[in-house]
Amino acid sequence: MTLHIVTFTRSTPDTAAKVEVDGSGNVVWDAANVVNPWDEYALEEAIVQAKNTGGKATVIAVGDDSHEEALKHSLAMGLNEAIRVTEESANMGDSLIWSTLAAGAVQKLGDVQLAIFGKEAIDTQTDQHIYQTARKLGWTVLSFVSKILELDADAGTIKVERAVEHGKQTVTAKLPVVISVVKGINEPRYPSFIGIRKASKATIPVWGASDLGIELPQAPTEVLSYENPPARDITTEIIEGATIEEKATKLVDKLLEEKVL
Amino acid sequence: MSIFAWIETFEGKASPTSWEALGAAKSLATSLNTDVTAVILGQGATDIASEAGAYGADNALVCDDTTLEPYRLEPYAALLSQLVSEHNPKAVVAVASTSGRELLASSAADTNSGMIGDVTELSIDGDDLIAVRPAYAGKVTSTVKASGATTFVTLRGRAFPTPEKGTGTATVTQVSPVLAADDITTQIESLESESESVSLTDAAIVISAGRGMANNPNAAPADAADATVWKAQDGFANVIQPLADTLGAAVGASRAAVDAGYIPYEHQIGQTGKVVNPDLYIAAGISGAIQHQAGMRGSKVIVAVNKDAEAPIFKLARYGVVEDLYDFLPALTAELKKRLGK
Repeated sequence: MTLHIVTFTRSTPDTAAKVEVDGSGNVVWDAANVVNPWDEYALEEAIVQAKNTGGKATVIAVGDDSHEEALKHSLAMGLNEAIRVTEESANMGDSLIWSTLAAGAVQKLGDVQLAIFGKEAIDTQTDQHIYQTARKLGWTVLSFVSKILELDADAGTIKVERAVEHGKQTVTAKLPVVISVVKGINEPRYPSFIGIRKASKATIPVWGASDLGIELPQAPTEVLSYENPPARDITTEIIEGATIEEKATKLVDKLLEEKVL
Repeated sequence: MSIFAWIETFEGKASPTSWEALGAAKSLATSLNTDVTAVILGQGATDIASEAGAYGADNALVCDDTTLEPYRLEPYAALLSQLVSEHNPKAVVAVASTSGRELLASSAADTNSGMIGDVTELSIDGDDLIAVRPAYAGKVTSTVKASGATTFVTLRGRAFPTPEKGTGTATVTQVSPVLAADDITTQIESLESESESVSLTDAAIVISAGRGMANNPNAAPADAADATVWKAQDGFANVIQPLADTLGAAVGASRAAVDAGYIPYEHQIGQTGKVVNPDLYIAAGISGAIQHQAGMRGSKVIVAVNKDAEAPIFKLARYGVVEDLYDFLPALTAELKKRLGK
């Protein structure tokens, strides 16, 4: 049995970008968008696992056309197909809406056995959409996967290593599953020149809720506003002293005064 | 219309940060003039329920079944979703640990409820829950409104106070698991425990090191595969760890140190690593790139040790020491040992 793997991606501000809220309350940043850094590992893993199992890998972005860049990057890396899913009238920032669309797209593809997510979305700063997509699909979810130890499409099983709070866990599950992967699972490849050229010409299909045959629920959450975090009112005190030991003594005095020791 | 608090357990004990969730649930319950129900699943649940009572829970729903030990998402989510459907709590609150995040999100999806993750402030406005949470790696915050019958909320660890332990008792109700052993397709084969180290997300003190670890004056042995990596690793073992042990601190690292192979990724703090919220954060040999700041700027008191007086980390620090970490940290460790009586 060949394996059809789906992976998800999104475009996010570069991690080095200065992100702030402008006078109109909009979030703005001073650098180009990149592929959500966690997704790079998911994209690479999808390519590798599809190749190893003689299957194929499809990438999906849920959201507006700002995510086309991440999809093109994915195609340039070597993903077989790309799809964008969106519903203009819906509040796409709510994870229940997001995951209902994501699960609908996976179901429309029909033959998917494995969905791979990066650990978290760096812009919305959440991973809840991952588990919610799994639940909407009725699939098992294995989060924080640091290594795929075995993936047997014929037996319909997967064995992974997870980086959990209390250590490294080895766990098996039956396909289909959703996994989220952490940094270190692989070394993501750079897109090739030919890949970039090919991807630039690709037309990416866009699916809406009606294409998926689903009805979206009312979004239960809504972002009311974004704020700049309160400025840290810090006066930095440089610890001076004639010797290293004197500086150490002074610093410990200060920390005891601050009651953090 | 109770407020639920999920009390996370590990090997028969409550995870200490769970009481922060119970305290936040209690505040919500007080605003809504309702009660708090602790949901405790797994080994020792009944004993933990009396502890939950002491921390302020009015009721406890407990299930100590073999299918719930150790924690696996499937049986936990199935049971939590059923309890939510039966009791219709206004909110379900837990700490945003790895398990808390996936469990609450899963049950939120099962029950078509709203979910707000990693919350740092929480309040009630009429029928709505209002939460403040970080976005864009903490570079901005967002205020989110949740409406609907039930809202699932995970709290950033250490963002809410631990309630005082009193003499209250909870009314305990035993509940049955939803999934039988055969219904659960996930099987845990092994857990390689790292229990001796302090968890970064729970730590009150974090000592973090970066690229500066390569400046170790100790010479690498001739057979070292990479002299720079050896020096940095030797520094983590013999300079950073003794300081961490003295302070009961967790050890963190910058992305530069992780990418260079000085220390495993589990220790990375920053935008693509862990976010920490300690009382004291000591950054040694870390310049303080914006990505690193995203992971530690919530620390109460920041101490920067760097030989480069111009390093951006000094702009964020309450106290700065312009010294090479290899000179200063051993002196600091010695002084702390003396003063803390160790």
